Amino acid sequence: MGQYIADGIILGATLSLGAIGLTLTYNILRFANFAHGELLTFGAYFGLALAGALSFGPTLGSLTFGWGFILVIILAAVLTAGLAILLDMIVYRVLRRSDVAVALVIASFGASLMLRNVVVFIWGPQPEYYSRSIAIARPILPGVRVTSDEIFVVVLAAVLMVALHLFLTRTRMGKAMRAVSDNTLLAQVTGINVANVIRMVWVVGGSLAAVGGVLYGLTVQMIPTMGFNLILPMFAAAILGGIGSVYGAVLGGLVIGLAESVSVMWIDPGYKPAVAFALMFLILLVYPSGILGERP
Amino acid sequence: MSEWALSVDEVVAGYVAGVDILRGVGLQVNAGEIVTVLGPNGAGKSTLIKVIAGLLRVRSGKVQLFGEDISDLPAHAMVAHGVGYVPQTNNVFPKLTVEENLEMGAYVRTREIRRGLEQVYETFPDLQRLRRHAAGRLSGGQRQMVAIGRALMLKPRLMLLDEPSAGLSPLLVGHVFDKVREVRDIGVTMLIVEQNAKAALAISDRGYVLAEGQDRVSGPAQELLENPEVGELYLGARRGLA
Repeated sequence: MGQYIADGIILGATLSLGAIGLTLTYNILRFANFAHGELLTFGAYFGLALAGALSFGPTLGSLTFGWGFILVIILAAVLTAGLAILLDMIVYRVLRRSDVAVALVIASFGASLMLRNVVVFIWGPQPEYYSRSIAIARPILPGVRVTSDEIFVVVLAAVLMVALHLFLTRTRMGKAMRAVSDNTLLAQVTGINVANVIRMVWVVGGSLAAVGGVLYGLTVQMIPTMGFNLILPMFAAAILGGIGSVYGAVLGGLVIGLAESVSVMWIDPGYKPAVAFALMFLILLVYPSGILGERP
Repeated sequence: MSEWALSVDEVVAGYVAGVDILRGVGLQVNAGEIVTVLGPNGAGKSTLIKVIAGLLRVRSGKVQLFGEDISDLPAHAMVAHGVGYVPQTNNVFPKLTVEENLEMGAYVRTREIRRGLEQVYETFPDLQRLRRHAAGRLSGGQRQMVAIGRALMLKPRLMLLDEPSAGLSPLLVGHVFDKVREVRDIGVTMLIVEQNAKAALAISDRGYVLAEGQDRVSGPAQELLENPEVGELYLGARRGLA
């Protein structure tokens, strides 16, 4: 049981990082971005390309990577944020001008398909790893073994979430983002530059997704469909936490990660994705707007 | 020729192509005045304030702010020109705290935020007590204070208030208008659009009555209050304003 909980928290950390961007784009741009999973994929593969170019330096303690990997994560986040902004410029911004909300969702589906195939085209369909060295799992509690890499994943995700919280509550741009998400029209007449805020949404959502992707690649593996496979659990996480709520996305990610992982004790692992959705349904029956969503 | 704080000349505007809501409206506001625009539902009051705030394009005519033509400026540019707009509904950021709402009001002028907050808290002492509360959880009257305070953070030259009394109890209406006068007294010119003629005219210097998209009657507030024609135009009945 303990081992499944630990695995669930590690998976949950990745899901939370992805779900944050999903909930931000939903709340500020008002559409469900199905191409968000591909931002995780691209983040991971950008990391792979950079890891090939940069040396990690000597490995740090029992981690499978060195200091250079931190730089890889940062650069992958920057590149992915750029990709997200580019995608917004050439696809979403044009469609936002029409009033057909569903056009954006369908376009994001198309963008997702296209991006996935670009990954296959550049890097090929085979699984990839950052390092061939084997991470040794050590016991941290009776019956719970985790690798140092996995501890790194959880710590980094937690640090980023605290940083995001401080950004949203302490900085002028962070507050403006919340203001736009709260009341776009009023934000406009208050003089907030909404186009800048939208760009920031892609920067924050894209870079967190990239980190989530790299961390998933580090502890599991990279395949071109990794983001696509994660998009539905990420949506489940964002919705059950209360779509639009950043804290709900974090909480939802953890709940879904834990549920998928712990369910393996009783159910065939093939049914993992169904578990995420069954749980989402159950929670929405009790809290129709999600755990931390707005109460009407 | 004297220079008005705000001058609206022969303005024609509307939402749907071919349908004009405003059909040649004119009004002037002196610096330091409180001017109220009255009129029945559908007269075009809110449309007029949206045109001045830059949310709706002028089809013909002219809007001038301290002699400068602002007819074609969009809403976010109006903020830079020192026009604070308080919409009638949804005029706060509900999930932001009171203080964050006020800070957003000063978004385009990042300096002197502290001083601005002090000024707002001086005018609205209740807001200081509530500064850490989410604005969406406040009462209607308190929300209206937050909205006016937010506009005040801009240190505006002109403040536009769209029906500040909407949805408030009579007691609160008096309180809100007292605050409006206080804000004027610290040097902000005010243009108010109102249904509640009596309460608004009580604190106004002058007023205009709008009907069917045109300004029909204008004059000093006291005169309008006593003018039977206004009552007829405004209420569509011979009941006067009482």
